[in-house]
Amino acid sequence: MKRDYTILVPNMLPIHFKLICNVWRSNGYKIEFLDEFDRSTRETGLKYVHNDTCYPALLIIGQLLCALQSGRYDKDKVALLITQTGGGCRASNYIYLLRKALKKAGLGHVPVISLNFGGMEDHPGFRLTAPMIYRMMYCAFYGDLIMLLANQCRPYDRHEGDTDKLVDRWVERLSEEVMHPQNLRYGHVKKNYRRIIDDFADLLGEKVRDKVKVGVVGEIYVKFSPMGNNNLEQFLRSEGVETVMPGFVDFCMYCVYNGIADYELYGRQPGYAVLCRIAYRYLLKKQRYIRELILRDYPKFMPPADFDRTRRRAMSVIGIGTKMGEGWLLPAEMLELSDEGVKNIVCTQPFGCLPNHIVGKGVMKPIKEQNPDVNIIAVDYDPSATAINQENRIKLMLSNAK
Amino acid sequence: MIIHDTKNRTSSRLLVGIDIGSTTAKVVLIDDGQVIYSKYERHFSQVRQKTLSMIQSIAPLLEGRSFTVAVSGSAGMGMANAASLPFVQEVYATAECVRMLEPDTDAVIELGGEDAKIIFFSGGLDQRMNGSCAGGTGSFIDQMATLLDLDVSEMDALSLSHQQIYPIASRCGVFAKTDIQPLINQGATKSDIAASIYQAVVNQTIAGLAQGRRIEGKIMFLGGPLYYCRGLRDRFKETLLLSDENAVFPEYGLFAVAIGAALYGADAVPMTFYTLVEKLTESLKTSERISSLPPLFRDKNEYQAFLSRHAQHRVETQFAGNYHGDATIGIDCGSTTTKLVLLSQNNEILYSYYSPNRGNPVDIVRAELLKIYTEFGDQITIRGVAVTGYGEELIKTAFHADFGIVETMAHYTAAKFFDPEVDFILDIGGQDIKCFKVHNNSIDSIMLNEACSSGCGSFIETFASSMGYTVEEFARQGLFSMAPVDLGTRCTVFMNSSVKQAQKDGASVSDISAGLSLSVVKNAIYKVIRASSPDELGQRIVVQGGTFMNDAVLRCFEKELGRDVVRPSIAGLMGAFGAALFASSQQLSRSKVLTREELVRFSHQSRSAVCKGCENRCRLTINTFSSGERLISGNQCEKGAGISLKDDEKLPNLYEFKRSLLSSYHSREGRYKIGLPLGLGMYELYPLWHTIFTELGFEVVCSGFSTRSLYTKGHFSIPSDTACYPAKIMHGHIETLLERGVDAVFYPCITYNVDEHKGDNHYNCPVVAYYSELLAGNMDSLRSTLFLYPYLNINSASNLSRELTAVLSPHFEGIRLSRVRQAVKAGFAAYERHMQQIYDEGQRAVAFARRTGRRIMILAGRPYHIDPEICHGIDRLAASLGFVVVSEDSIAYDVDVPILSVYNQWTYHSRLYAAAAYCCQSRDTSLVQLVSFGCGVDAVTTDEVRSILENGGRLYTQIKIDEITNLGAVRIRLRSLIGALEERGE
Repeated sequence: MKRDYTILVPNMLPIHFKLICNVWRSNGYKIEFLDEFDRSTRETGLKYVHNDTCYPALLIIGQLLCALQSGRYDKDKVALLITQTGGGCRASNYIYLLRKALKKAGLGHVPVISLNFGGMEDHPGFRLTAPMIYRMMYCAFYGDLIMLLANQCRPYDRHEGDTDKLVDRWVERLSEEVMHPQNLRYGHVKKNYRRIIDDFADLLGEKVRDKVKVGVVGEIYVKFSPMGNNNLEQFLRSEGVETVMPGFVDFCMYCVYNGIADYELYGRQPGYAVLCRIAYRYLLKKQRYIRELILRDYPKFMPPADFDRTRRRAMSVIGIGTKMGEGWLLPAEMLELSDEGVKNIVCTQPFGCLPNHIVGKGVMKPIKEQNPDVNIIAVDYDPSATAINQENRIKLMLSNAK
Repeated sequence: MIIHDTKNRTSSRLLVGIDIGSTTAKVVLIDDGQVIYSKYERHFSQVRQKTLSMIQSIAPLLEGRSFTVAVSGSAGMGMANAASLPFVQEVYATAECVRMLEPDTDAVIELGGEDAKIIFFSGGLDQRMNGSCAGGTGSFIDQMATLLDLDVSEMDALSLSHQQIYPIASRCGVFAKTDIQPLINQGATKSDIAASIYQAVVNQTIAGLAQGRRIEGKIMFLGGPLYYCRGLRDRFKETLLLSDENAVFPEYGLFAVAIGAALYGADAVPMTFYTLVEKLTESLKTSERISSLPPLFRDKNEYQAFLSRHAQHRVETQFAGNYHGDATIGIDCGSTTTKLVLLSQNNEILYSYYSPNRGNPVDIVRAELLKIYTEFGDQITIRGVAVTGYGEELIKTAFHADFGIVETMAHYTAAKFFDPEVDFILDIGGQDIKCFKVHNNSIDSIMLNEACSSGCGSFIETFASSMGYTVEEFARQGLFSMAPVDLGTRCTVFMNSSVKQAQKDGASVSDISAGLSLSVVKNAIYKVIRASSPDELGQRIVVQGGTFMNDAVLRCFEKELGRDVVRPSIAGLMGAFGAALFASSQQLSRSKVLTREELVRFSHQSRSAVCKGCENRCRLTINTFSSGERLISGNQCEKGAGISLKDDEKLPNLYEFKRSLLSSYHSREGRYKIGLPLGLGMYELYPLWHTIFTELGFEVVCSGFSTRSLYTKGHFSIPSDTACYPAKIMHGHIETLLERGVDAVFYPCITYNVDEHKGDNHYNCPVVAYYSELLAGNMDSLRSTLFLYPYLNINSASNLSRELTAVLSPHFEGIRLSRVRQAVKAGFAAYERHMQQIYDEGQRAVAFARRTGRRIMILAGRPYHIDPEICHGIDRLAASLGFVVVSEDSIAYDVDVPILSVYNQWTYHSRLYAAAAYCCQSRDTSLVQLVSFGCGVDAVTTDEVRSILENGGRLYTQIKIDEITNLGAVRIRLRSLIGALEERGE
């Protein structure tokens, strides 16, 4: 499979996924990263997926099917990749919905690879080895760092597009680097961190980051993917605010921590919990390095939050056992933003998202009670919710923004 | 009116405020602190032209002066951009206005054409708007008035003299509409319905927007509907318990947003009349268009070919005067229209009638029958009358019709007439979409739209009239649109906002009309039929229903499918035609329908009442006819109809059994009172927790089965209105427990449900698992009482005992691990016993059915669906139709779950798959799946259960239930199921 098949990867986080795809490429896989979308993506999704299914499933499956039907790939030599978390929300079923959709579209023979870290489905043609995971981890850190800094520079661009050019340059450079395993030694990575921050610091120059800051949290797909959130970031920028988006690594650490919580609360899988604890501490240390680097040497940037503190912060409004979907991470991020002085928050979710009834809309009241100055708006996304409705609500939030 | 602006923005200046809402445009002029001009007009989606003409009409007031302008309102955003005028969000503008004019206001409720807003001032500023699934405000009231054949002011006047309030779904317009329709058809008075509609708006505003904050103090009401509708004001005052002083309805209610905008704009750069006109003229040019679709017809020729092709499918009509002989009558008393066909022996239509029933089908049918007697008199002999549709029972009883047949059968009969080999029928009516596949000359699968996707014919109709067109004209406009707008496929509420967006972008009426037609079609194909290719539908497709009389809809359907279909010339009459065909096939010698003399004397009265047969308290409508006969509707069981069954006549009903089993747990007096809310997961685990706490010496207080009033007790604290009803009802359960003075409330968080080894995992759904987190965070009343919601593992007795000890011992004396262990052991034993009893009863029910030759229905849902308020008595309805009702957990213990194409990871849902597999084994069993609206998990399970059943050659039926469920529609569904089973010989 490795040599013959082209693996199609759907879009969520453009920067992160581009880097990760290159890790796989360097392991001999033929990877095609799909970052185009248009109306037909959604239409195709609507056609092949149950319409009451969450919006992300609809878009991801729509995107994959559109690519298959575009005629660009040999349908007998192509495979699809999709993530699977195994949690109690519907997202664990995306892969099955994709297979059903393929069958419906007469493409039932196209293999689907589940990307998961819980050993849910094993695919002989695609296996994540420990070194690969190690390198993917750095890609995630790189991605988060670039996204973090770019969000802080973009609103202050001297010339429209300066930041994006710098982002592209780094993504290109790192894409090249991650092809070669020797570049992913920690020492080298640390040097890169500094170079990246230096470049963005130069770009920002003496400008003061004085625009109103708006945090974006929510269901992971609609939070990050411009296709999922009707180009929310772009809209916010056009409204003249600085977007703050807690990173992707936080989500990974949240997943890892749930392994620990499952043992502590229910006594489940003690062995797995030990592994999770090791992984959690390891990731935490790596993330803290970046935080401290920025805190120490680059005071003009807002560093990523300390995840362990974020996690503990959540306990004031929700139990640590709430682990379906974004679970306790969502309130944790809202509180983290508030602590960091970002008082305006957009909470995004697919329409009818089950966990978000509880961890999104359900925690807003207690969060506002604890932090009366916080200004949160919940926005639902679905195939036909119109941008005007969403923008009007975001504008309402912005008109109170401080 | 004088505005005292503390910021001194108004003195000796001229300010212009423009507010463009979804349906109306408002302009206000403030000159030196005085409102000198205000105007309110409908804009019929011609947003930019309307603004320009409104400004031009006040030229004398503006010319020669310099003034500032600001725009607000949801439809004003695009215009403000294009004209480069300052824009302010409307809620913000409202707040600005109220702060200035009525600073001691505690909260503002504003209802607009399509938005609802609440602003809280005291206790922290909080501004809220309805989410995207909470339509139904001004436009909703308009729609409802149309439905009642009244104008808004008439409806308002009627509402003031109401006698009683019916429950009407308050979530969105479409739901409400399906609730109102049966009320109309059952003969409830218009004044009661009108007041109930207002109450629904009030409930929706509270449930959707209060989100845990009490609406109290001095409340100001703004916006068109609250300005014009006195009945609505009364409902708000009464529901919120407001005194006259605290309910403020200001004279400037319509213009608050415009005034706020004017104030907001005061800091902008002043301009002259000519620059403003120039800017507005400029905005006319730049209409950006995002997504448009290809036109319906390339040219006139294509249109002509289309017309002539469809002209072929017609029924002969006899000129009435020439016919002598036998005839039959078919009546289709539908949700919004009444149809009648008089059919000759040779299947020619002698006379037909199609008209909106204007809320009074009985009078219409009476007039029509009289007309037939007058016009045809002795020429014809009526040899049979058959009735179908929502109003079947009413009409049948009223006029002594010979037959009542289920809608689906009527339509199939009619479609067969046009194409004997038809294999797919799609009917889009005013309120519902029905489609059936035909296989081996019998109906193979029936799909009806759920309340949520009802965006059907009546939607186009109301939209047409809101833009000032008749349906026919509106449809004609659509046929020749060059660039139909893409409006999405969700429910009508979403379409409303899509249309709003299109208007903002300057789409023309014809583009919107064509776009709406396409939405209706896509809605039917992808949401109701769930097809991904035309081949899935069938080879020989017949389309019918009033909506298909609209050529634009028909054309869209053919284009979307890429194939030609048959639309009979009488597409709107097919139900009635089928009924008439059926009546003639029965070959009666004479119909027993009322004679002419009886018709002349006929009169009919309806009144409402509450059934006292049981604790359900069904609201009944009692129709009394001049013959002395009565028809009672609205009842869930036979008691309401005044029939009492002996014990041995009652069919086994597992839902009933499970409820009585739960009621049999009694509690002892104890030192502490612990409250268990009977909802969600508690329904199944009640025996476990009840036993554990009783063993530990607690007095267990249960909140009991839900009722409507229990729900409303807690509905103001619901933060997420789109969660499922079983979840939202939990708030009421908690309030009930608190009223009973419990020392603590217990509802644990349970991530992992009981492992029954039926699937890949055994989760609870997120809502069942963690709803207590939401309750703890959002219910203020819960803060003064101990609320225990620990995370527990119910799959390990030792772990559970340890955790419970840790959780309980700090609060209660005498909780030791050893005692808890004993209690937990007893608890599990009770749980096992409980499940065994259910299983045994299931076996007994199945054996009974087989012995007595009854049909078995697996009413498959979740444990909490047995709640009488959640399932709305569907189990009893099924029993009254002759089914032995069993539940999903009573029969499928020992059935292996088939190999699935989904990830089987929820305990409750694994049982659904097992039940479906069980159903496939025996031909006397049917499965009906209950789905709560908003249950995301069921988007996964329904397709899978369907495919298990269809692979086993069984019929699949799904019933969506919500806050309010229209039992009339459920009845039609179940009767169609019986009809299909009979045809299949099962």
